Amino acid sequence: MIPYQLIWLIMLLPLFSFIINGLVLRQFINRKSKLYGYVTITAIAVSAIFSIWALLSVAANNEEIIIPDVSWVVIDNGVNIHLGLIADQLSTMMAVVVSVVSLMVQIYSLGYMHGDEAGYYRYYTYMSLFTFSMLGLVLSDNLLFTFVFWEMVGLCSYLLIGFWFHKKSAADAAKKAFIVTRIGDFGFLAGILILFFNTGTFDIKELHELAITGVLAGTVLMWAAIGLFAGAMGKSAQFPLHVWLPDAMEGPTPVSALIHSATMVCAGVYLVARTMPMFIYSTEAINIVAIIGGFTAIFAATMGLAANDIKRVLAYSTISQIGYMMLGLGAVGMALAGEISGGELHLGTEEMLIIAKGAVAVGMFHLFTHAFFKALLFMGSGSVNHSTGTFDMRLMGGLRKTMPWTYATFLIGSLSLAGIWPLAGFWSKDEILVSAFESQKILFYLAMITVFLTAFYMFRAIYMTFHGEYKGGATDDGKDHHHTHESPWVMVGPLVFLSVLAVVAGWWNLTGAFNHFMGHEAEAAASVAGGLFGAFTHTVEGIPLPLISLLVALFGIFMAYVIYNKKWITAGSVGKVFGPLYTLVYRKYFFDELYENIIVKLVALKGLFTGFQLFDSKGVDGAVNGVAEVVTAGGRAIRHAQTGQLQLYGLFIGIGLAVIGICVYVFG
Amino acid sequence: MDFNWLSTILFFPAVGAIIIAFISGKNDVLIRRVAAVFTAVPFILAVYLFITFDRSASAAGVIQFEENYLWIAPLTARYHLGVDGLSMPLLLLTTFLGFLAVLISWKVHERTREFFAWLLLLETSITGVFVSLDLLLFFIMWEIEVIPMYFLISIWGSGRRQYSAIKYVLYTLFGSAFMLAGILSLYFTTGTMNMIEITNGGLGMLQSAMPAAAIFWLLFIGFAVKLPMFPLHTWLPDAHTDAPTAVSVMLAGVLIKMGGYGMIRLCVSMFPESAQQYAQPLIILALIGILYGAAVTLMQTDIKRLIAYSSVSHMGYVLLGIFALGQVSMTGAALQMFSHGIVTGLLFAMAGLVIHNVEVRDLRKLGGLARQVPVMAAVFSIAGLASLGLPTTSGFAAEFLVFLGSYNSTAVPYAQVYTIIAIIGVVLTAGYILWMLQQAFFGPVKDIYTGVRDADRLEKFYMFVLVAVIMLVGIYPAILTDVFKLGISPIVGMISG
Repeated sequence: MIPYQLIWLIMLLPLFSFIINGLVLRQFINRKSKLYGYVTITAIAVSAIFSIWALLSVAANNEEIIIPDVSWVVIDNGVNIHLGLIADQLSTMMAVVVSVVSLMVQIYSLGYMHGDEAGYYRYYTYMSLFTFSMLGLVLSDNLLFTFVFWEMVGLCSYLLIGFWFHKKSAADAAKKAFIVTRIGDFGFLAGILILFFNTGTFDIKELHELAITGVLAGTVLMWAAIGLFAGAMGKSAQFPLHVWLPDAMEGPTPVSALIHSATMVCAGVYLVARTMPMFIYSTEAINIVAIIGGFTAIFAATMGLAANDIKRVLAYSTISQIGYMMLGLGAVGMALAGEISGGELHLGTEEMLIIAKGAVAVGMFHLFTHAFFKALLFMGSGSVNHSTGTFDMRLMGGLRKTMPWTYATFLIGSLSLAGIWPLAGFWSKDEILVSAFESQKILFYLAMITVFLTAFYMFRAIYMTFHGEYKGGATDDGKDHHHTHESPWVMVGPLVFLSVLAVVAGWWNLTGAFNHFMGHEAEAAASVAGGLFGAFTHTVEGIPLPLISLLVALFGIFMAYVIYNKKWITAGSVGKVFGPLYTLVYRKYFFDELYENIIVKLVALKGLFTGFQLFDSKGVDGAVNGVAEVVTAGGRAIRHAQTGQLQLYGLFIGIGLAVIGICVYVFG
Repeated sequence: MDFNWLSTILFFPAVGAIIIAFISGKNDVLIRRVAAVFTAVPFILAVYLFITFDRSASAAGVIQFEENYLWIAPLTARYHLGVDGLSMPLLLLTTFLGFLAVLISWKVHERTREFFAWLLLLETSITGVFVSLDLLLFFIMWEIEVIPMYFLISIWGSGRRQYSAIKYVLYTLFGSAFMLAGILSLYFTTGTMNMIEITNGGLGMLQSAMPAAAIFWLLFIGFAVKLPMFPLHTWLPDAHTDAPTAVSVMLAGVLIKMGGYGMIRLCVSMFPESAQQYAQPLIILALIGILYGAAVTLMQTDIKRLIAYSSVSHMGYVLLGIFALGQVSMTGAALQMFSHGIVTGLLFAMAGLVIHNVEVRDLRKLGGLARQVPVMAAVFSIAGLASLGLPTTSGFAAEFLVFLGSYNSTAVPYAQVYTIIAIIGVVLTAGYILWMLQQAFFGPVKDIYTGVRDADRLEKFYMFVLVAVIMLVGIYPAILTDVFKLGISPIVGMISG
């Protein structure tokens, strides 16, 4: 059993490394020193060990670790805010994901950021702060502090997207990310206020109780849950707040791997899972989660088909996969809606809890596996960039010969993401498909099409990057990229480590062990494929779902092979056939244009706000200046009649007295 | 009452001003040192008072460090000073920024003697507003402040300084006229100048000559001009834009807080019923201030003007918090006053430094400075993030308490709806702050700014001190809220919810 103080340390160690790097070390050593990296890596490594220890402790006893609270602000009896941590199955699992992926990313960064003119100082300082904030978000036991850390990770994301701030595109992307997620945070904050107003608490466990016992219910619960989900949509880049994530790729690649694929963007999924009892008792809210998730999954996947920048392909894939997770969390909603008759939900508390835990298990399992293979893919693309100097796949090709390790690990990650047996992604994706199949067929079909699209765009990326002839890499950075080379071991090592996880992470639930861990016992056998080979014979409602999804994914890979490797059908002819559709997808459905050019620039800045500005200077101020002119003229007039310099003052006192008189007359 | 702490704090800067007046104008170094000493001592004393301030629950509503002497017998006006939970942190803030303002002005070389004399006099008058418990004394202190402000802006300012200074004076006197009428009405109907007595006596003390609502509005207009409240805000951008840096810091930092303080101390606590009656229209004006102010801020291209307009928006939160009339919301409003004081004080100090060192104030012309002046960029960013209410900065603690308290207010109908509308402001705030930071510091490095000097040691000192206070209040707001609530709980107790 882990002592509870160490749970605090999981979160605080990266904070210490932030302080040491940011405030202490810089006084003594050059910003290019690797020492910053070593400090961060050490802190996060210890954090990771403690996280794993905490996870094992929770798993062994199958109960959460109780941690005493610390008082923060007490204003009156109504407002009494405490800061505390929660260490249960869900949070310790997330802590492991965050600290392990972060550790890998930090090690990898030693190689990737080598020779960057900004040096290691700022990079590792921000990365430490991020890891601290993310662990705080995960471990916080009340929504207020979740929100605090939520904003902190947003800040780190802002700082790291804009790491190369001298590039205008990076500075723009950072700003866009912050503002778009803040629109979602508006909902989050409103949700918190609604909850506090109706319950007087921010504590997540108390809120669960209140939702389960029915004290918190109806429209209040619905709006609160929708508010929280709005925050999740912003952070997790769900439609229609997805626009910031592709641009966020302006940041260094390890940042994308950590923040914009494995951890921070999944915070939205975690938030919904964390507050699942509130969603489960509001069918409207949970259905919104499912619909937004299901739609985003396919919507983002289509955009991934046409992108030429390998990181953007991965970014769309991330949005799409998070949509999947949301779908996994929300899929039960449709089934629940079927249970409503006469406006009442006819399920007992026990049944509801089982449903809630089941939904969490499904959604979080995909988060768990996705974190590893997606971080792996991003770091693989970084490795490619390290050698070719570009992210544009049209300038790559044939890299499998010169970069065998990168190729092998990237292939494993892609297979896992595509959902190929027996890799991690296969198992977690399968459960979401089963869950969708059981509750809502339309969402299921969308998800199935997405399986095809995912396999297709990933192997399109693989064929364009690693197969065929090498096309010379970047031409605009003044360096020679004609001789590609494998990345150093400090980068390849983490790739190998993560590729192992990308294979085995899914096996946790082969026999339902993960579901059991998450407290989802009842139907464990029904939704799990039943062993490594059971997947081929497993059926749901008489249909061999796992097998079908595997075949669909293989078909996606085959199509990519046909078009991008063998070129039996050329990409150009496909583009011609789907002409307008291709343009639509390539231009990202014109959402950037809609938001930036029409809403922000035209309506807000040029229209409304310019109007306000004019009103302020001509209307409000103009009126006042008019009055002022009259008054000064009056003062001048009086000056002719009187001597001395105090008349203005006197005039006003006079006006004051007159006003009293009028008031007495009017009111009295 | 063994030692007249408050009088010492109050008059120390004024004494310093008199001493400076006798120093030869050529002796810049001595003048600055005298000014620093005569602002440092009140600050240290204020810190001492803040530490020894009785925070026990029984101290709620109790005036501490009270001084009470007969002053003008025929008027029953008394020289009556004291602080409670509401004014104590504001006193601390005033002396703190007063001291920093001297450090910020270290590079003023033009007519140094007069500059520092006026600056110190300004501190005395603002301090006086926060510690006076006698209406006449309060009003005199309120009025004295105009004189140094006029000279400071019109002599050491920039741009249209004459225009801005006159505008400032006219606006203030316009408000004061109403306020004086209100104060006189209070005096004639209650027969006393003692603010505490009037508050405790309640409306029963009002005789029929003037209806309570009328007095409420007379006082309110005076404070609303100072806060400033939409549509009485247009003096603020002009005054800020053209004022010298230290004056901007004092103006944004503490001067406009006099408005919020006056609203709580006089309008709400003396006229709780009127406050409740008119809370809704005032909250709507607060919302207009927040959103409209933020929208206009987004259109600004002058670095100081942008920050000035952001104050209009931020003071909207104060107004919202006050007139949501809940204990939490009002504590939030008070904390927002303090927070805005240090955050915007720092923003103006930084903007002043950028303008001084780069000699450009148009955001469209700046850019890429983060490379050339990394320290200034970092501190400016922290101040900006505090201004947009990022958690762990004081801005978040304050705004969150305002939202939380307003949403939970039972005294005002539809408070929930108003609060949700107010929260939209945080998105707009993020927009203009990040735009400002990007325009000034990020993007391609510009060669013309190579060789621009970064902050020197003195500048780093006051920057880091302010950053430390911002973070301290943000991470542990109870250090202030525990004090504020002592002053606010008796006031809220008078409002029927």
